[in-house]
Amino acid sequence: MIDAASPALRTLALVKRFDEVLAVDRVDLEVRRGEFLAVLGPSGCGKTTLLRLIAGFERPDAGGIEIDGEVVAGPRRVVPPEERRIGMVFQESALFPHLDVEGNIGFGLPGRGRGPRVAELVALVGLAGLQRRMPYELSGGQQQRVALARALAPHPALVLLDEPFSSLDATLRAQLRVEVREILRAAGATAVFVTHDQAEALEISDRVAVMRAGRIEQVSTPDELYLRPANRFVAGFVGEANFLSGEVHGDEVHTLVGHFRAAPGFLAQGARADVLLRPEQLHMLPVARLKTPPSPESVLRVVRRIFHGSEVHHVLRSPSGLELEAATPSSATVEVGTEVIAHARAREIPVYPIDEG
Amino acid sequence: MRYAPAGRWRGRSSASPAPVWLVGTGAAVALLGLLPVGYLIVLALGGGESAAALVIRERTLGVLGRTLLLATTVTVISVVLGVPLAWLTTRSNLPGRRLWTILLILPLVIPSYVGGYAVVAAFGPRGALQSLLEPLGVDRLPELYGFPGAVLALTLFSFPYVVLNVRGALLGLDPAYEEVSRSLGRGPWRTFVSVTLPQVRPAIAAGGLLVALYSLADFGAVSLLQFDSFTRAIYVQYRASFDPTLAAVLALMLVACTGGVLIAESRLRGRARLQRAAGAPRRPMRTVELGPWRWPAVAFCAVVVGLAVGLPMATIGFWLVRAITSGEPLGFVLDATVNSVLASGLAALLVVAASIPVALLAVRHRGLLSAAIERATYAGFALPGIVIGLAFVFVAARYLPIVYQSLPLLLVAYLVRFAPEAVGIARASLSQVSPRLEEAARTLGRRPAAVLRDVTLPIVRPGLVAAAALVFLTAMKELPTTVLLAPTGFDTLALRIWSATSEGFFARAAAPALLMVLVAAVSLGVVLRHESSR
Repeated sequence: MIDAASPALRTLALVKRFDEVLAVDRVDLEVRRGEFLAVLGPSGCGKTTLLRLIAGFERPDAGGIEIDGEVVAGPRRVVPPEERRIGMVFQESALFPHLDVEGNIGFGLPGRGRGPRVAELVALVGLAGLQRRMPYELSGGQQQRVALARALAPHPALVLLDEPFSSLDATLRAQLRVEVREILRAAGATAVFVTHDQAEALEISDRVAVMRAGRIEQVSTPDELYLRPANRFVAGFVGEANFLSGEVHGDEVHTLVGHFRAAPGFLAQGARADVLLRPEQLHMLPVARLKTPPSPESVLRVVRRIFHGSEVHHVLRSPSGLELEAATPSSATVEVGTEVIAHARAREIPVYPIDEG
Repeated sequence: MRYAPAGRWRGRSSASPAPVWLVGTGAAVALLGLLPVGYLIVLALGGGESAAALVIRERTLGVLGRTLLLATTVTVISVVLGVPLAWLTTRSNLPGRRLWTILLILPLVIPSYVGGYAVVAAFGPRGALQSLLEPLGVDRLPELYGFPGAVLALTLFSFPYVVLNVRGALLGLDPAYEEVSRSLGRGPWRTFVSVTLPQVRPAIAAGGLLVALYSLADFGAVSLLQFDSFTRAIYVQYRASFDPTLAAVLALMLVACTGGVLIAESRLRGRARLQRAAGAPRRPMRTVELGPWRWPAVAFCAVVVGLAVGLPMATIGFWLVRAITSGEPLGFVLDATVNSVLASGLAALLVVAASIPVALLAVRHRGLLSAAIERATYAGFALPGIVIGLAFVFVAARYLPIVYQSLPLLLVAYLVRFAPEAVGIARASLSQVSPRLEEAARTLGRRPAAVLRDVTLPIVRPGLVAAAALVFLTAMKELPTTVLLAPTGFDTLALRIWSATSEGFFARAAAPALLMVLVAAVSLGVVLRHESSR
């Protein structure tokens, strides 16, 4: 029963256990038609298991999965992978070594009349002229494009990608992920994409689901995720983070490097809390250039510089031993050893209660 | 066609439980593997006389003593020959080292009964040597039959196991150890004894144990040279008496011996491999100058190669010429060849077909049951052919007289005997196939059976073809199982050589023997090619 309003994928309180380990813990997820959702998490967080549950290679212990409004896994029924209308792209391309490019792309199509569809996909993934090549005659990037074409050929309701770029080198990876994004968009496909690489997830997906220890911590757009992480784990996992502890006063948190207006939260007056400051939000002023001497406990020393090309990260150490990272354009770098005070240019900053894990 | 390796893959294999047909066929193959020993135990315990009494009977103990003496003697001589040969061909400046290496491994392609034939037809009464010497008035040669002949025939065609093992160890040594020893003031000889030899010792032992296993299990050479070790005694007992108890007891005692040797060998091999893996030297070892010893060393190699390769070929050639000049009919060779090809071809198909479910279980559905099934199919490794043949003869005679001495029964015995080879290769090929390939096929709409047909089997086909070729060729060579189970009047090449030699018709055995050597050479080639392509 396919109804146009239903999401392409829905999981309901999905649970999967391996022996004593909860690999997937009550996961609710919804993916809209045409959306590109990344599942981001450290290795072992259960993201690949989640994908394999959706594909039908694992059987959930509880909860349900719907694809295009149809229940494919639930208490009463588990649909085998071959009937789920999914396309899958694996980490190692998993091309059939005994078939050529055309044979691989056409594998999921009915025997007769597959020619035009195969040709269409060969063109879509930009491999014209290579139809007769065997997999071992292709580069890593070409292999992954064939794998993608193979998955797209039967018009799947959902494309699942399991770390599809991780076996490639860095340059190729960056290039291919943009290409894959374009191909999926051109094909009008809905995709769920598993990765441990936050840059990859932020760059190409419409929404990102951050996963930890079997649970989804936050699902939001990439910028939302970066600017307003739901908790300390997400903040630390997505981008680089400075956590500064301070005290709540009114709608501000007072810290070593200044008073910040906090994003609306539920913090009691006088409570201790951490604010999140990204390195590029933290600015340095050399003490030597100040007109009035600062209080000694707010003076920071530049102890190390890390060169990243367009910008430079400075590691700052406070008298109490706290380390912070501040980024500047590489044209405005500050020497190691310089004493500075830091302040932040940010409007509403995420604040997390101290006791939170 | 060669495929790029699939690389490592992460994650669990498919969670689906093993399908019933797979477990069923796998279990059937496993039960067949367990049947010989199981049934022999039943027979041994169920006889009129108690099994224990039979074991300690004087005649039984005599057989045991002779067998152990034979195995020990052959092993010791093989080590004494094999270690210097391995050293000469790896570490010295022996002229023509590469050629000698090949010639010294070549005796492995001569099946033991062909070797036995060569020894008897050369040195035996009415043999080639005597007929050459007759004009000179020599009408008696020293007695060949019995212990000396059996030792000669077994040693000549099994010492290469020692050469191969020790060569491997010597080539894998890290030269640094010897260099350290020399730098600490020990001379070349003391260095060899105190540094090199201890490192090679596991390889010597492993090679020696292979030779011992070969001597224990051999039927062809021992029966042709009429030495009453276990295999011949079992055969004679089986022919002489309708009471299977004693034959069963003898067979079980033999299995105990081979089992013990196999266990010792596998332990040692593990340790030897560890030792080799520890250092990863790719620096060539220093070559030792033989100086004036060069030519004696060459003579030593030449004598060994002459006996182990030259003698059988010359004997076969001598009697082939005799056969042709005396108008020996060659037509029956054709019949025997057709029968050999038929039986071996069917065996190859059956064994490979049976190995697929076992290998699939072992690779894709790991678990206690799969492991037990796989282990049981390896039983054929530990069982000498005579034991397998005997067990199936008894089972058929007692429960299924209709299949007794029929081709299907022979094929089932071949299945038990050769399943280990095929399962090993099929397993290795399957484990090269990433489970992700099968999962990809599932997401593209194929049911499990279609995945097997369209993806898995086509990918492992080269491995299965190699397995079939290997089983085909080894079944062609197989003597003891065939002797016991071939249908009446079903003459194969192996049977032809054996019976003609037993009856002293050396000319009649020459052509089949030549064919058999060729078959064996090709099968060795298949093994080597498959191993190098892994």
